[in-house]
Amino acid sequence: MNTAIDTRPKDEPTTYLNADYTVRSWLLTVDHKRIAILYLVSISIFFLVGAIFAGLIRLELLTPRGDLVQSDTYNKLFTMHGVVMIFFFLVPSIPAVLGNFLIPLMIGARDLAFPRINLLSWYIFMIGAGFALYAMITGGLDTGWTFYTPFSTSASTTNVIPAALGVFITGFSSILTGLNFIVTIHTMRAPGLTWMRLPLFVWAHYATSLIMILGTPVLAITILLVAVERGLHLGFFDPKLGGDPILFQHLFWFYSHPAVYIMILPGMGVISELVTAFSRKRVFGYAFIAVSSLMIAVLGFVVWGHHMFTSGQSVYVGMVFSFLSMAVAIPSAVKVFNWTATLYKGSVSWDSPMLYALGFIGLFTIGGLTGLFLATLGLDVHVHDTYFVVAHFHYVMVGGAIMAYLGGIHFWWPKITGRMYPEALAKVAGVIVFLGFNLTFFPQFIVGYLGMPRRYHVYPDEFQVLNVMSTAGATILGIGYLLPMLYLPWSLRFGERAIANPWGAAGLEWETASPPPTENFVRTPIVTAEAYDYETSVQFPPAPANGSMKEAAVG
Amino acid sequence: MAELAAHAHHDVNVAHQFDDAEQQKESVTVGMWAFLVNEVMFFGGLFGLYIVYRFLHPTAFQHASHHLDVTLGTFNTAVLIGSSLTMALAVHAAQMSHNRFRQIFWVMATVVLGSVFLGVKVYEYYHKWVDHLIPGPNFHWPDAGEAHAVQIFYSLYFAMTGLHALHMIIGVGIMAWLMWAMWKGRFGPAYHNPVEVCGLYWHFVDIVWIFLFPLLYLIGRH
Amino acid sequence: MSSAKSVAHEAEHASEHVVGIGMYLAIFVSLMVLTAITTAVAYVDLGALNNVVMLGIAVLKATLVVLFFMHVRFNSRLTQMFALCGFVWILLLFAFTVGDVATRGILR
Repeated sequence: MNTAIDTRPKDEPTTYLNADYTVRSWLLTVDHKRIAILYLVSISIFFLVGAIFAGLIRLELLTPRGDLVQSDTYNKLFTMHGVVMIFFFLVPSIPAVLGNFLIPLMIGARDLAFPRINLLSWYIFMIGAGFALYAMITGGLDTGWTFYTPFSTSASTTNVIPAALGVFITGFSSILTGLNFIVTIHTMRAPGLTWMRLPLFVWAHYATSLIMILGTPVLAITILLVAVERGLHLGFFDPKLGGDPILFQHLFWFYSHPAVYIMILPGMGVISELVTAFSRKRVFGYAFIAVSSLMIAVLGFVVWGHHMFTSGQSVYVGMVFSFLSMAVAIPSAVKVFNWTATLYKGSVSWDSPMLYALGFIGLFTIGGLTGLFLATLGLDVHVHDTYFVVAHFHYVMVGGAIMAYLGGIHFWWPKITGRMYPEALAKVAGVIVFLGFNLTFFPQFIVGYLGMPRRYHVYPDEFQVLNVMSTAGATILGIGYLLPMLYLPWSLRFGERAIANPWGAAGLEWETASPPPTENFVRTPIVTAEAYDYETSVQFPPAPANGSMKEAAVG
Repeated sequence: MAELAAHAHHDVNVAHQFDDAEQQKESVTVGMWAFLVNEVMFFGGLFGLYIVYRFLHPTAFQHASHHLDVTLGTFNTAVLIGSSLTMALAVHAAQMSHNRFRQIFWVMATVVLGSVFLGVKVYEYYHKWVDHLIPGPNFHWPDAGEAHAVQIFYSLYFAMTGLHALHMIIGVGIMAWLMWAMWKGRFGPAYHNPVEVCGLYWHFVDIVWIFLFPLLYLIGRH
Repeated sequence: MSSAKSVAHEAEHASEHVVGIGMYLAIFVSLMVLTAITTAVAYVDLGALNNVVMLGIAVLKATLVVLFFMHVRFNSRLTQMFALCGFVWILLLFAFTVGDVATRGILR
């Protein structure tokens, strides 16, 4: 397949990483593993950009008065933080990096069904990101990440059109990724890999992909209409023309609520893998976890109105949305119960990915339960648009999705790079992230419940103590995120070489070499057992608790 | 754990990631349908707006619709259905034989009919401009009471038919590529996935129009 | 090798079904007749039934195109599910938005 000049040392086997070193071989690659790396690098940059905005927001909120920035600048800061983190980090994070890398490996395929479309997705993502960056650099955006009309269509004086186009374009990257995953999971599974033997990570990505192709186009058309209404003066939502701005919210949240599940479902898939691997136990209630992913994807589409309880939407529809929103808690709770039951009597080891997994379970539970408060129509009127909401969704997005992302990156790092990272440092980072996160966002529940509204750069003096705590937590959290960004690249050169299956985990991806060869498997595997068959299968060496993987492999 | 022997591909039409032509065909078909599902949702947002605004302003929509030319609309519907037939026959030609002239003839016929449709559309747009029915500063509607709702109707009209026309223009581009590939003799009974998939796209664009035509042109004509 | 992958059960209909030219022509004629009917009916006052007939005919036409021109009638079950899925899913969006707009003013 690859005809480039072979420059690697004689003793190294060919892997997807050393098959070719040219820039061209990376930018024109159709290998899903290399495309995952392209995504990893690009979204890491966006994470840094979004984190800088977050840091500036927290710095401003250190004092009750607007000492650092004016209100206009503050509006741009929280808007751009939201746009970057959601559209350019969270939505692509786990699917485009880990999903891209792992799905073909986990199902025993040589690549995704449409490798060139996969590469195209990355280019579309980068073009969309280019538009968004242009909007940010040349004056910013102040509509909030939600682009609410009529502010976005007629009142705002900032760069709405380039930002909207950026989101529109990036949407297609997400759609094509989802399409690729769906087809791959349907048609490319290895012989014997039936649906009920699929890893839960794959199930979660299947559900996510359904949301991507069913929801994202609605956002695309909506955001395009905003740009058209603003640029060409066609009226769609404009109340001056008798239009209904709430319709924009309907269309927007029809995607953007399910999008929350685009961000969290893959994370749940990662956690299912981590919990079983480090409990050395068959997952409890496999079918329930698998089906609950689909349930979340389906139910997630009929709850969007809970973002609009105070918008003036019909109170009857509000009641239906309130009820349905509570129903989504059921499949989510099924997952949490099953993970906990998997831990029960398992031989749990405390490796760094597991720390992130346990952190996820705790933080997601808090985020999910406070979601129930907000789904309650009456209570939501009280806490709507306060820091309570901010804390809630950060517990799900940061405490949930990013914890899972980091856990997954650590878990599969040896597979992706062929190197081990410094485990002790990783544990420290995991603990710092957990503590810093809670110190940042738990005070926001309280300050929100006390009535501090979001999206203001000034606030009454009595809220300062809690805000100082929050800013201090953000600093600690920042350090926690910085550590992996340093030691993971460090490990590329200086890390211990990883064996094929350093964790002794079950799954096809651990059967091929680390890092895998370009064609993934030298021979197409045939699957004869269900996933997570830790009790009966003895083919993997158990992982030692002290973390010295290399010796374990030899012995 | 047992393993299958890795097998070399002999069929040049099967991409490296697939095991055989059958798996490739199924993947490509499902993939195209998944894309069309996404297209349905994409147009669906606009249809949703249309439904709500028509529900809110029934009479204004009726009056606005009367300024559309039913004759041209019906003619264009017939043209587009005709192009769907020629496209289906192009797929049929590829399924049945390697005769590239026959394949290209039917694709060419599709392109011609598609162009006729687009030509009529341009003519209609031009008349909307002359009649001051294009939303914006140039817009004029005699009855001030319903002018706003009429403007929303025409915003939707241009957005929906414009997006549809854009899909057709892209379709014509795809057809041009298809004819080039046919000229190279790529397709025949054994391999014609791209012809089928392009056909699916074209038929989908036809379906969108099947709904647009009554919703935009035929409101309360009696 | 053709049955090696586990998709075999999903691809059971994958062996190609060629639709005859006669069938295509019959569908084409039906579509044309339905177009004529829908245009004609628009000029007859049926009250609310006008919309029902109009949309019913549009759905029928779309179904004919999907089943025969797009070969879904002869495709695998999986393709059929996807084809149906999009057209059903969009109804969710319609149902809740119209539900909101239709019941919004009642309490005021």
